[in-house]
Amino acid sequence: MTISAILPPGVILILAGFLLPLLQGHARTAALLIAPVITLAVIWQVPDGVVMSLGFMGYTLTPVEGDTLSRLFATIFAIMAFGGGLFALNQDRVTELAAAFVYAGAAIGVTFAGDLITLFVFWEIMALASTLVVWSAGAKAFGAGMRYVSIHLLGGVLLMIGIIGEVAATGSVEFTAIQPDTAARWFILAGFLINAGAPPLSAWLPDAYPEASWSGMVFLSAFTTKTAVYVLLRGFPGADILVFVGLYMIFYGIVYAILENDMRRILAYSIVNQVGFMVCGIGIGTTMALNGAAAHAFTHIIYKALLLMSAGSVLYMTGKRKCTDLGGLFRTMPLTAICGIIGALSISSFPLTSGFISKSMISQAAADEHLFVVWMALAAASAGVFLHAGIKFPWFVFFQKDSGMRPEEPPWNMKAAMVLFSFLCIGLGVLPYPLYAMLPYPVDYVPYTVSHVTSMLQLLLFSGLAFFLMLGMLKRTLTITLDFDWFYRGLGKVLAKEFDMRSARAWGAMVERLYDAVVRFVGTLYRHHGPQGVLARSWPTGSMAFWTTLLLCACVIVYYF
Amino acid sequence: MISAHLPALQVVLPLLGAVVCAFLKRGSWAWLVALAVSLVLPAIALGLLYQTYEGGTISYALGGWRPPFGIEYRVDIFNAFVLVLVSVIGAVIMPYAKRSVEHEIPEDKQAWFYAIYLLCLCGLLGIAITGDAFNAFVFMEISSLATYALIAMGRDRRALLAAYQYLIMGTIGATFYVIGVGLLYSMTGTLNLADMANRLAGIEDSRAVLAALAFLTVGISLKLALFPLHVWLPNAYAYAPSMATVFLSATATKVAVYLLLRYFFSVFGVSVIYADLPVSWIFLVLSIAAMFGASLVAVFQANIKRMLAYSSVAQIGYITLGIAIANKTGLAGGIVHLFNHAIMKAALFMALGSIFFRIGSVRIEDLAGIAKRMPVTAGVFVVGGLGLIGVPGTAGFISKWYLGLGAIENGWWWLLMLIVLSSAIAVLYVGRVVEVMWFREPSPVAKKAEEPPLSMLLPTLLLTFATIYFGFDTFLTAHMADLAAQLLLTGGR
Repeated sequence: MTISAILPPGVILILAGFLLPLLQGHARTAALLIAPVITLAVIWQVPDGVVMSLGFMGYTLTPVEGDTLSRLFATIFAIMAFGGGLFALNQDRVTELAAAFVYAGAAIGVTFAGDLITLFVFWEIMALASTLVVWSAGAKAFGAGMRYVSIHLLGGVLLMIGIIGEVAATGSVEFTAIQPDTAARWFILAGFLINAGAPPLSAWLPDAYPEASWSGMVFLSAFTTKTAVYVLLRGFPGADILVFVGLYMIFYGIVYAILENDMRRILAYSIVNQVGFMVCGIGIGTTMALNGAAAHAFTHIIYKALLLMSAGSVLYMTGKRKCTDLGGLFRTMPLTAICGIIGALSISSFPLTSGFISKSMISQAAADEHLFVVWMALAAASAGVFLHAGIKFPWFVFFQKDSGMRPEEPPWNMKAAMVLFSFLCIGLGVLPYPLYAMLPYPVDYVPYTVSHVTSMLQLLLFSGLAFFLMLGMLKRTLTITLDFDWFYRGLGKVLAKEFDMRSARAWGAMVERLYDAVVRFVGTLYRHHGPQGVLARSWPTGSMAFWTTLLLCACVIVYYF
Repeated sequence: MISAHLPALQVVLPLLGAVVCAFLKRGSWAWLVALAVSLVLPAIALGLLYQTYEGGTISYALGGWRPPFGIEYRVDIFNAFVLVLVSVIGAVIMPYAKRSVEHEIPEDKQAWFYAIYLLCLCGLLGIAITGDAFNAFVFMEISSLATYALIAMGRDRRALLAAYQYLIMGTIGATFYVIGVGLLYSMTGTLNLADMANRLAGIEDSRAVLAALAFLTVGISLKLALFPLHVWLPNAYAYAPSMATVFLSATATKVAVYLLLRYFFSVFGVSVIYADLPVSWIFLVLSIAAMFGASLVAVFQANIKRMLAYSSVAQIGYITLGIAIANKTGLAGGIVHLFNHAIMKAALFMALGSIFFRIGSVRIEDLAGIAKRMPVTAGVFVVGGLGLIGVPGTAGFISKWYLGLGAIENGWWWLLMLIVLSSAIAVLYVGRVVEVMWFREPSPVAKKAEEPPLSMLLPTLLLTFATIYFGFDTFLTAHMADLAAQLLLTGGR
C-alpha cells in the first residue's frame, strides 16, 4: 500500500500549487522546494501495474498505473519542478509559480494515467495551467496566450472526439498501444501531435513560449511537448507517419532557429527540433529507438531547462533578449556563461554530455533498421543543432562583440539551479548506466565506442568550422548589428523559398490576417447574435406567435408527407 | 398505509401549502410553511422512485375511480426520476429563498410569493405524475399561471413585459396542447394516456392523429423553449426575481421535456415517431441550431442573468438532441442532461442571485473583480461554468459523453464534432465571465461586496458539490436515465 493508491503523485504537486498563493516568504520557499521532493519520493514508490482504480459510468478508470516508462517521465518532471522552483524562487508573481506547479503536477498525472479519460482531464489541466503561466508575464503576453490556449483547446477537442470514438468502438477506456488505423485513432493522434508541436501547427510553440517570463519559459519548455512524447511512446510506438512528422519538425526547428535573433525564440525553435528527434525515434519503433526517444526526452528536459535558465538569467539581469543587443557577457557572468555552454554542448550531443548518450541511440536505431535516408537526415540535423543552439546561442550572448553591458551574476538560487542541472548534464554524459537502467526496455547499447565518438566529433568539428567561416565572412562585410538583422531576414526569405515554408515572420502576418478574418466574423456574429442581433433582442409578441404558427405548419406538412 | 398514497400526497401537499400560505400575512410564516412542504416532497419522490425501482410501475386511481374512467396517477421509473429532480431542487432552494425574497419582494407580497411558488411546484409535480392527458393540461395551466405571476414580481419593470409575453406564448402553447389532446380524444375516446396508446394502434397514420401530434409537438416545444420558440425565455429568466429564476430554470422546462417524451414514446410509440415520421430530423436541426445560435448570443450578453438564460436555451438543445439521436444511449444522454443541467444551472443562478443580493446588479461591468470579495460564490460560478462546458469530473461531462456515444452509435461523426465544438463556445461565454470576476480590478460596487449569508451560501454549495459528485457517481443519474430510456424505447407505461 503506497500513498499513490490514495493520492495520485501528480495531485500532490497540484495541491501544492493551490497552496502557494496562501504562503509568504520562507514558507513559500519551503513549499516550492519540498513539494517536488515529496512527489518524487511518492513516484518512486509507485509499483508496476494498476495502483488506483475507480468506477466511472460503468468504465474502470485507473488514475494511477505504474510501469518503467511512467516512472521515468514522472521522475524527470518532478526533478524539473524542483529545478524550476529553485530557479524561480525570486519570482514575485505567485500566480506563475502556482500555475507552474499545477502544470507540472498535471504532467505527472498524465504519465500515470492508465485510461483515456484520466489522461484527458490532466491534459486539459495542463493546457489551462500553462496558459496561465504565459499570461503571468503581463499584458504583453496576453495575445500570445490567447493564441496558445486556442490551439490547445482545439487539440483538446480533437482528442475528446477521438476518445469518444475509440470508446464507442472498443468499449474500453484503457490507454494502450494502438496504431492509427481508424478515424477515432487518427483524432487521438492529432490531439497528441498538436501538443508535440507537430506540423502544421508547430508555430504555437515559438510564438507563445518566449512571451513568458524569465522563469515561466523554463517550466514551459519541459512539460507540454514531453508529455506529448510520452503519450506517443505509449500510444503509437512504431506508427510510420511519425518518422516523417519527426523529420519535418527537426528541420523546421533548425531552419527557423538559424534565422531567429531573439535568444529565447532560438531555444524555442530548438525545442521543436529536439522533440522531432524523439517523434522520429517513436516512429522507427524498435526497442532501441523507443529507448532512445525516452532517454532523449529525459536528457533534453535537463539541458533545455539549463539553456533556458542561462537565457533567463541574462534576461533577468539585463532585460534584453535579442542577440543583436547582447554580447560579451562572459566577462561579468562567467558562471551563467559556463552553464549555458554546458547546456549548449549537451544539446549538440558532445561526448561526455547527456545529449550524446541519448540522441545517438535514435541514430543507431535508424542505422540498425537500414533506414538510410532517415539516418542521413538525423546526422545532418545533428550538425544543424550544433550550428543553431550549440554555438549560436552562447556565441552571440556571451562572446562575439562587447555590448558594453556589465551585468552581475544572478541571485544564488538561480546559480544553484543552473549548477545542479549542469552537474546532471555532465553526470549523465559520463555515467549513462543509471539512466539506461530506468528505460522501458533492456539496453544493449554502448555509447562510448571509438567510432561513435570520432564520428560525432567530426560532425561537430565541421559544423563548428562552418559557423565560424560564415561568421568571418559576415564580419568583414556587415559590421553593424542592424545588418545582422537584415542578413537574418534576407537569408530567411531565400531559405523560406528554398524550403517552401512560411517564413518566420509570416506566422505573424498569418495571425494578423486570421485576426482580421476573426474580427470580421465576430462582427457578423455580433450583428446576428449581439445584444441587438435578431436572435438576442426582445421580439414583439406578434412575431413570436408568427414563428410558432410557422413551425406548426411545418410540422403538419412534414408529418403529413 | 401511507406509502400507498404517496402519489396523491406528492401533489396535494404543495396545493394545501399554497392555500395556507395565501391566508398568512407574514412572509416569514409563509416561508416556514413552504419550507416544511418542500422538505417533505423529496422524501415522497424518493419513496416513489424506490417503489418503482423495486416493484415497477405504480398505478394510483385518484378518488378510487378505476382507470381509464377516473384520473390515474401513474408512476414509472422515468417520471419518478423527474419527480425527484423537481422536488429535490424545490427543497434545496427553500433555505436560500428566505433572504433573497426578503431582499427582492416587498414585505406585503412575500406570503403571496410563497403561495404562488407552491402552486407552481404543485403544477409541475402534477404534470409529471399524472397519467391523464387533460389532467396534465390542468396542471400545466396551474404551473403556467403561477409562473406568469412569479415573473411579474421581478423588481425590474421589464419583468411585466416579459411576464406578459410569456403569458401570450404560454397560452398559445397550452392551447395547442389542448387542441392536440382534443383531436386525440375525438379519435380514441379516452383521455387516459395508457389507454390512448392502446387505442391508437392501427390509426396512427390518420390525418387527425398526425395533426394532433403536430399540435402537441409545437405546443409542448413552446413550453420547453425549443429553438426558435425560445424567445419568451431569456427575458422571463432575466427579469424574474432571483429565486423564481433559479426554480424555473431548473424545473419548468425539464417537466415540459418530460411531457414531450411521454407523448412521443409512451403514447405514439417509437415506431411512429422514428420509423414513420421524420421527428428525429426536425429535432436534430432545431437542437443544433439551439446549441450554436443560443450559445453565440450568450457570448455577447452584458446582463449575466440573461446570458445564463440563453445558455439554458442552448443546453435544452442538448436535451432535445437526445430525442434526435434516437438510440438508447443518446436518449439516456438527453434524459441525464435534464437532471445535470438542472443542478448546474440552479447553482449558477443561485450564485448570481447571491451576487445580486450583495451588489444589486448582474451586469458584467459590475461583476469585475468580485472574486476578491466573494471568492466562494465566484468559485461556485467557475464550477458551474465548467459543468456547462462539460469538463470531465463535472456532471455536464456525463451528459455529453452519452450524447457523443449515441452519435457514434449512429455513425454520426459530424454530430460528435458539433457537440464538442458547441461546448467550445460555452468555454467562451463562461470564460468571459470568469475572467472578469477573477482577473479584473474590482468595480466600485464589487469592492463593497461580501459573501452572502450562510442560508444562501450553503444551498448553493450543496448544488455545486452535486455538480461534481454526479460527475463521478452516476448511479442516480446515468443509471436511472438509462433505465428510463430503456423503458421509453420499449414502449413502456
